[in-house]
Amino acid sequence: MNLDELYQEVILDHYKRPRGAGLREPYEGESHQVNPTCGDEITLRVHVADGKVADVSYDNVGCSISKASASVMYELINGTTVDDALAKLAEFTELMNSKGQSEGDEESLEDAVAFAGVSKYPMRVKCALLGWKAFQDALVRAEASIPGRTDA
Amino acid sequence: MEAASKLDVEAIRADFPILQRRIGDKPLTYLDSAATSQKPVQVVEAMRHFTDHSNANISRSVHTLGSEATEAYEGARAKVAAFIGAPSPDEVVFTKNSTESINLMAYAFQNAAFDPAADPRFKLGPGDEVVVTEMEHHANLIPWQQLCQRTGATLKWIGITDAGRLDLDTVDEVITERCKVISFVHVANLLGTVNPTSQITRRAREVGALVGLDASQSVPHLPVDVTELGVDFIAFTGHKMLGPTGIGVLWAKADLLAAMPPFLTGGSMIKTVTMEHTTFADAPAKFEAGTPPIAEAVGLAAAVDYLDKLGMANVRSHEKELAGYMLDRLETVDGLEIIGPRVPIGRSATVSFTFEGVHPHDVGQILDAEGIAVRVGHHCAKPTCARFGVNATTRASGYLYNTHEEIDRLVEALGQVRKVFG
Ligand SMILES: Cc1ncc(COP(=O)(O)O)c(C=O)c1O
Repeated sequence: MNLDELYQEVILDHYKRPRGAGLREPYEGESHQVNPTCGDEITLRVHVADGKVADVSYDNVGCSISKASASVMYELINGTTVDDALAKLAEFTELMNSKGQSEGDEESLEDAVAFAGVSKYPMRVKCALLGWKAFQDALVRAEASIPGRTDA
Repeated sequence: MEAASKLDVEAIRADFPILQRRIGDKPLTYLDSAATSQKPVQVVEAMRHFTDHSNANISRSVHTLGSEATEAYEGARAKVAAFIGAPSPDEVVFTKNSTESINLMAYAFQNAAFDPAADPRFKLGPGDEVVVTEMEHHANLIPWQQLCQRTGATLKWIGITDAGRLDLDTVDEVITERCKVISFVHVANLLGTVNPTSQITRRAREVGALVGLDASQSVPHLPVDVTELGVDFIAFTGHKMLGPTGIGVLWAKADLLAAMPPFLTGGSMIKTVTMEHTTFADAPAKFEAGTPPIAEAVGLAAAVDYLDKLGMANVRSHEKELAGYMLDRLETVDGLEIIGPRVPIGRSATVSFTFEGVHPHDVGQILDAEGIAVRVGHHCAKPTCARFGVNATTRASGYLYNTHEEIDRLVEALGQVRKVFG
């Protein structure tokens, strides 16, 4: 097994210096997700304003893969439109399900392509997706709580 | 090298083909026997021979194969009974695993709650108490927790000291006259603690409570004699003691089994059946509804033979020595903290630890790259994790086939972890 492929510099860097970490106000949706096999946990909040992801804030414990993934996600979706964020979510999920067959589009996924190697390790894919799952869930909750939005 | 070991580990290793495997270009270092042990050729061969030669359903046919299969199955029961010092094979109930064995006990209480004629020892309701410990595997916690929720009884537990031992000073306080049953772990799967039993069994007698052991991690590793232990029931599981998956054991005193309502019902557990009513067979058949794990019982019997031949006292002394070596060597690793007893006394060769700044998942991944199999996570003992303020640990667990050299490899690989996450 090639460890360097899994633990890329980018991943270790995000793990050691997570971007956007900590829980912040205001927010409309919050989600708590756990990975029952290993005890990784994340609480994540989404603040939506004018069709944009105005803030994503989170507090998590877990392995390098799950923590780095949340940090990379923050960089990718914070400040983008909700639609763009959902597109990234779909793209990243597809990359994680690629079983090592995809390199990912760096143009669109930026640092998140570093996780391509993780897709070869089924036990770790769940770690990489934990933050994204929390985002998806928090967004649904946020949109449900925003009056006038029915297309969510 | 293994001066103090009473086992010929090299010869033993030759019986386990999987130990020759390579993970990538590294030799396999299997340190996850607390999750499941590897199986020697003798076990696999016994199951294969039975399947190729005598396979049939038991107790249902007069043909030759049927009687051979019945004999093999009942022979396995007798072997297991002798192995744990049970007065009679009829006290040995085959189940699917420890989890089912413990549920079978818990459901005896729950089912008794619906039966006005039930034995008073199994009657449980508001005001009654059930006692476990804080170091249980979920398998010996949740069935009792659920039982209490459903019957209105109160669940209590004995805590853990900072050193990873049961807080036995509180035994008299926790176990009161209201207590009906105490079920506690003999050897803890996360902490590696070997719990002394006499104080708890004595207190159980004083208050008239039933007392049982989750022996999942003790029967495979040390001499267990149910009569000497003075308990009412024990549960253990085949796959942790060189046997196959799919078979477990509940041992309980004959008079308890006679008084307990059945758990699963259906074929093979009846005396007579009409459309309105059924009378049940005597134990152990009463608790073995449906076709049991027959080939697995044959495999378990072969595992018992294997362990018997080595001698459980020798297995124990090998592991005691191995535990000492593991503790010594792991203590030398910078940033490593052992969760559980730090001395090889009253301790198994299962050692959990945290590694400063590195999540167990990452530790496990890097060790795997070195061919080393350990378990990471909460080990189905979340309350134990919470007690020590951790989410997860890395756990290395040794068995009769592990060597010092493998521990050295583990310690060296932990240096590799430091390098990646340094
Ligand atoms: C102490 C203890 N109890 C119960 C179990 C459950 O065993 P099984 O999964 O075979 O039912 C285990 C094994 O994981 C264990 O270590």
